[in-house]
Amino acid sequence: MWSRRLSRLRPVVCGVEELRRRRREREAVLRKARREQQLVSKRLLREDAREEAGEGLVVAILGEVEVQQFLRLAQRGTEEKEREKALVSLRRGLQHPETQQTFIRLEGSMRTLVGLLTSNQALLQLEAARCLHELSHSEQSAVAEACLPATSYLLTYLSGHSSDFIELCLYTLGNLIVESEAVRRQLLPQGIVPALAACIQSPHVAVLEALGYALSQLLQAKEAPEKIIPPASASSSILGSTLPQHMLQLLQPGPKLNPGVAVEFAWCLHYITCSQVNNALLITHGALSTLGLLLLDLAGAVQRTEDAGLELLACPVLRCLSNLLTEAAVETVGGQMQLRDERVMAALFILLQFFLQKQPSLLPEGLWLLNNLTANSPSFCTSLLSLDLIEPLLQLLPVSNVVSVMVLTVLCNVAEKGPAYCQHLWPGPLLPSLLNTLAFSDTEVVGQSLELLHLLFLYQPEAVQAFLQQSGLKALERHQEEAQLQDRVHALWQTALHR
Amino acid sequence: AAAPRAARPPGRAARGSRAAARGARPRGRGRAPSSSPRAWYASPREHEFFEDGDVQRHLYLQDVLSQVAEAPERPRVPEFTCHVAGCCQVFDALEDYEHHYHTLHRNVCSFCRRAFPSGHLLDAHILEWHDSLFQILSERQDMYQCLVEGCTEKFKTSKARKDHLVRLHLYPADFRFDKPQKGRGPATPGASQNTAAEALGDDREPSEGEAMEVCSEPTAPSPAPAGGRWTYSHRIPSTICFGQGASRGFKSTKKRNKHH
Repeated sequence: MWSRRLSRLRPVVCGVEELRRRRREREAVLRKARREQQLVSKRLLREDAREEAGEGLVVAILGEVEVQQFLRLAQRGTEEKEREKALVSLRRGLQHPETQQTFIRLEGSMRTLVGLLTSNQALLQLEAARCLHELSHSEQSAVAEACLPATSYLLTYLSGHSSDFIELCLYTLGNLIVESEAVRRQLLPQGIVPALAACIQSPHVAVLEALGYALSQLLQAKEAPEKIIPPASASSSILGSTLPQHMLQLLQPGPKLNPGVAVEFAWCLHYITCSQVNNALLITHGALSTLGLLLLDLAGAVQRTEDAGLELLACPVLRCLSNLLTEAAVETVGGQMQLRDERVMAALFILLQFFLQKQPSLLPEGLWLLNNLTANSPSFCTSLLSLDLIEPLLQLLPVSNVVSVMVLTVLCNVAEKGPAYCQHLWPGPLLPSLLNTLAFSDTEVVGQSLELLHLLFLYQPEAVQAFLQQSGLKALERHQEEAQLQDRVHALWQTALHR
Repeated sequence: AAAPRAARPPGRAARGSRAAARGARPRGRGRAPSSSPRAWYASPREHEFFEDGDVQRHLYLQDVLSQVAEAPERPRVPEFTCHVAGCCQVFDALEDYEHHYHTLHRNVCSFCRRAFPSGHLLDAHILEWHDSLFQILSERQDMYQCLVEGCTEKFKTSKARKDHLVRLHLYPADFRFDKPQKGRGPATPGASQNTAAEALGDDREPSEGEAMEVCSEPTAPSPAPAGGRWTYSHRIPSTICFGQGASRGFKSTKKRNKHH
């Protein structure tokens, strides 16, 4: 089930270093885009033209005359094969932004293309759809928005049966959706949500993955929390449709779970949960138990295979769980919906170890879940202790300041539960670690260390002695000038001296 | 944008101490700690905390951008003909055949041979074009159903429905799968030209059905507008089964013509 995801990538021609460099570049671009709240990505399905045509990767730019010729031939040619070839040539030309510009500026070109898209010649339809797909992928709004006249047809075809064609339509729609609010303002009244809700019942994996992609683009929209996700009563809204239930079904671990599909729908679920529109509804559909089981499954997979890419699924799952756990509904929904303590705790730690090796930047997210699990639940704190997870947790302290703060926060969650818990925290490796973190320069880390010390002293007074013996006061002294820490330093000082 | 009960997760964007952000209880020798554990909610859109996860996600999306080796991998099979009687289309790849079949033969009206992209549209067509009972009922109640999946509105006339499609659902006025019926006989290629034809100043579209036929017996249907001609064959080969046959009656004709 978790076997290497069928890679749809061509074997790479350039070296590993080159790849790494490109990837770093792209990462930098993405980070910048995110900070400007402009993080938008589109997907492209493309036939390997190089192998077909036997030529180099360079795509010839088509001029206005050529575009017109190809269109005319496609529409009026007498020979089927001739028409197809013309459209294929056009499609190849449209890989180039300049040709795209030429195309959209040509009067009547889109209408012709739409006519071909809706013709009853199957192969022409497919090629016309591929042309549209190239256009939809453009970074230039004008080009993508030129595809608007085709959307009602793309949606109509979603209830057809040809899986390749539907897949193509879905990726095209996904690209258009993310383009602009103007596009979405057309797609929503055209019935995109019911169309997707009908299409999600398809048995084809490729269709489902494409649908997940399109849906994730829709859910990421700025206006999604107000206009697309709610309300639960209208069938044209996400929560009012059967999409949430189907999504959760597609996330159930088991032999039928497809990683590519699961990744898409996990992100969909994440966008829904973090909009906070109606998470209680998701919980009644069993989101917590599905995600919990998926977490266990992921931990198992991580232990079995070296497969990179599992973090792509782990990340949204962790986020969903973390956000759902903040819902009041969690307390009231009992029994099956609750996550079973020990296994979830163990699974999470397996994932944390995995992150430590492969993707340390995801540690904060994993620890966030740990925080949300332990914050209000004595039983999860008990699991943490009984599974001997304090030490592995402490091992994460050196990773980064953010991680340190979170580790310390989790430990505070445990310590706050009372003397019975603190007895397991000291004696042990905790105190030396704390003396270490007190030496950090980051104010937050120190602040959280002070909080933990306070709890420790409160519930496990014997620890004070040890603290003093290990030059604890000196460690405190360092921070007594710091405005944000002064009060706490002082309070601890007093406590230490007077016990 | 933090919800009232949530504190900001730690990180580069943190401002001030977390305890202060949550309205901490007084510290000192009291029993309660200065900051109580809280499960926090976070919205990734704003917080730097989630930057890495989001960036990974987008790198993944963009990686799919590489060429997909589709065409070469498709197994070529010995040429075969479409098995639907009367259709002479030839194929050498199964996927091409699949799309052809679904486009031309799957949702076909047995009365007029028009092909539709979905069962939903086929049903609507049969009801509205070939069911006399529908005509009678529609004089008394709203029978024309909106074509958009999920919309339950019904209308008195085809035109009213079209207005609804255009105004509410932002459909194009010349939506291909909602051509109004123009009587029962072959109509003249009239006003409802296919717009693609208009674009290049040509009258081509209504006769496109015939021009594409490779074989002499035009059983492949033409979804042309009402202005197009019917290609009605009286001889229905025995290999084609339409359930109870093509006769029309007052019984519901809805389920008869679906190919499963």
